Amino acid sequence: MSSEDRSSEMSEDEERPPSSDPAAGVGGVKPPRSPSTVHGGDLPCSYISPNPDQVLENVLENVLCFLTSRRDRNAASLVCRSWYRAEALTRSDLFIGNCYAVSPGRVINRFKRVNSVAIKGKPRFADFSLLPADWGANFTPWVNSMAGAYRGLDKVYRGLEKVYLKRMSVADEDLAVLAHSFPNFKELVLVCCDGFGTNGLAIVASECRKIRVLDLIESELVEDEVDWISCFPQNGTCLESLIFDCVDSPINFEALERLVVKSPSLKKLRLNRQVTIVQLYRLIVRAPQLTHLGTGSFGPGEIVAQGEQEPDYVSAFAACKSLVCLSGFREINAHYLPAIVPVCANLTSLNLSYATISTEQLKSFIYHCHKLQTLWVLDSVCDEGLQAVAATCKDLHELRVFPIDPREDVEGPVSEVGLLAISEGCRKLQSILYFCQRMTNAAVVAMSKNCPDLVVFRLCIMGRHRPDHLTGEPMDEGFGAIVKNCKKLTRLAVSGLLTDKAFSYIGQYGKLVRTLSVAFAGDGDMSLKYLVEGCPNLQKLEIRDSPFGDLGLLAGLHHYYNMRFLWMSSCRVTRAGCSRIARQLPRLVVEVISSDDDGEGRDIGDYDDIEGRDVGDLVGTLYMYRSLDGPRADAPRFVNIL
Amino acid sequence: MESIVAHENDLNLKATELRLGLPGTDESEKESASCTKNNKRSLPECAEESAKNDDLDAQHGDCEAAPAAKAQIVGWPPVRSYRKNSLQQKKAEAETGFYVKVSMDGAPYLRKIDLKVYKGYPELLKALEYMFKLTIGEYSEREGYRGSEYAPAYEDKDGDLMLVGDVPWEMFMSSCKKLRIMKGSEARGLGCGV
Repeated sequence: MSSEDRSSEMSEDEERPPSSDPAAGVGGVKPPRSPSTVHGGDLPCSYISPNPDQVLENVLENVLCFLTSRRDRNAASLVCRSWYRAEALTRSDLFIGNCYAVSPGRVINRFKRVNSVAIKGKPRFADFSLLPADWGANFTPWVNSMAGAYRGLDKVYRGLEKVYLKRMSVADEDLAVLAHSFPNFKELVLVCCDGFGTNGLAIVASECRKIRVLDLIESELVEDEVDWISCFPQNGTCLESLIFDCVDSPINFEALERLVVKSPSLKKLRLNRQVTIVQLYRLIVRAPQLTHLGTGSFGPGEIVAQGEQEPDYVSAFAACKSLVCLSGFREINAHYLPAIVPVCANLTSLNLSYATISTEQLKSFIYHCHKLQTLWVLDSVCDEGLQAVAATCKDLHELRVFPIDPREDVEGPVSEVGLLAISEGCRKLQSILYFCQRMTNAAVVAMSKNCPDLVVFRLCIMGRHRPDHLTGEPMDEGFGAIVKNCKKLTRLAVSGLLTDKAFSYIGQYGKLVRTLSVAFAGDGDMSLKYLVEGCPNLQKLEIRDSPFGDLGLLAGLHHYYNMRFLWMSSCRVTRAGCSRIARQLPRLVVEVISSDDDGEGRDIGDYDDIEGRDVGDLVGTLYMYRSLDGPRADAPRFVNIL
Repeated sequence: MESIVAHENDLNLKATELRLGLPGTDESEKESASCTKNNKRSLPECAEESAKNDDLDAQHGDCEAAPAAKAQIVGWPPVRSYRKNSLQQKKAEAETGFYVKVSMDGAPYLRKIDLKVYKGYPELLKALEYMFKLTIGEYSEREGYRGSEYAPAYEDKDGDLMLVGDVPWEMFMSSCKKLRIMKGSEARGLGCGV
């Protein structure tokens, strides 16, 4: 899963904790406290010596090139003015964790020679329809600034080669500007983006002659049916990665086939569900060098002409000796599953999360997957399927189990049995996302002890407020054990019936936790207090439908400048409380979306445990984040910035 | 807050339920509960069936699967819209029937059947035999339905008349537009290889 890998490189989760300086996290933009003090002293005047400052800066620039980590660079930039300047000139990879934390103008003023830009936009809960459309996070001002449009300059970032965007709104026009402005442009990765269509892709394909990577991941494209595949240069490309499994519209297959043949460097290819297995065959026999393959539908689609033999899928896969990452299976016909067996022994990553396969079907090939490190499946494989995984995949680092039927109150096929089996079989587990209908504290505690390397623990018990289904107790002890025993834990998502006790555990033990997701949990303000007082590294806190109010909110005043954002929706914070925060922390942007028109038509009546409160004052959604450039100018009418 | 679900087996609602399916099609629902089918479509039905049987609403004879307010919480469970839509597409395909017209030579009017109800050719042929009160007999690759009174044929996506049974079931499902039961004598031409 190349792009998932890339996104984890890009996310905060991989970064070491930032310093406590409020500005450091935004790239250390704040000017240094001590003036530059380098001075060479008096020299004889027989020659004009170079300005010592200049010498130092030259040296620094050469040295600072070797600093790659953001945190190191931020620290270096704070030493003195010289270092600040030198660092600004040598930073080539920009990471903007929140597109509204800093304006494009400020960024391009400071960093002059950038060749790679990563920008993240909407908060994660936007994925779950909790943020109305048109909220913002538009790429337009960024691309225009980088192209020099606003200042009449000739292409500010002329050397720009790579753009990575997550949860941004990207227009076709933006892609056109990108294609026209940056002659060396090589890599475009769009994750969970929207606003563009095949029109924009056509422009990129035809005009970015040096493009190596075009990855579209879980993005929603506008429905226009332009044949963008044909727009790539006919005589050959230097494409290394082409990922379009989220593009819903049909593609010109003949053009794709020609493209694959003419792209000898192609290593990663992820097809959309319109590509049938017969077409897949034709592609992989022409590209056996692939390392990452998304199989498209993996089903027959149109009928094969009468009398034609079924292709030898097994041999075709067997010829792909470099294949390490397999995904797709969007409309799987299990009849074809044996074809993947030859590659199983080499696979390190397998994404079956769009394939409704049964326990038996999983077992037919999973036993070969000894090297598997990353596995995404649907819960249709059941607990027994997970037991098979636990028995074979001893190197498993990341597991995600998605629900085939994401509703509450249905009988779920996976439970604590599967979780326990995984914990016992996959001791090296680092990251887990597990959807289930029922769970026990015992299984979670077992996992905390069996898998000490856990960095990411996300458990989603789909029924709200569900207790341990065997003991009837809240899930406090389970999550408590996770934060206590998993000493490397940086990301946590909790669920089920949880009291303030769970949050006191997190506050007490979760010292490295950076990202925390809470839903339908806790008893009251104390829970939030425990978190903001106890977790010094907390950067991203997202809470929904939990009874946390102003008291809890205000307890975190000392910490909010250290955070990337705080999200609270359908909680009990009031407008007055939010206003107070805004007054006391002027560099925080406090966005409030009222309960009345939060775009989803939800009204306060849905929130069933408010009693005797002035419900009119309650805030529907609070989203607050630090920013160097104050409230944004593009806020839509339903957003109130306090 | 979560209720303990009660089992409603003793009420045997299934026996008194009015349905339009053929007798014997109950098998498909029981089988889908075991989640071992190749056909991906059975799995969402599996969850739905359980919801129907276990939900307390069944006490009130309510056949709707979704319990009252709970299913309507926005954005919960936290599955990305993109992923939910992809899965929902499969569920929708699973839930809508796949009805094709069936004509029989000499019969004045047509029938309609839901192909999704059948797991393979044997079931389909039995159903046709039952519906039209005729015998179709054994299929052989070489000779088609030689020796039977009737032979089942179908019109595919290209408009061609094909013999039922020549292609794998899934391919047939995706290409069959309508069925036609022909007299055995007329069908002989179809059965003689391509």
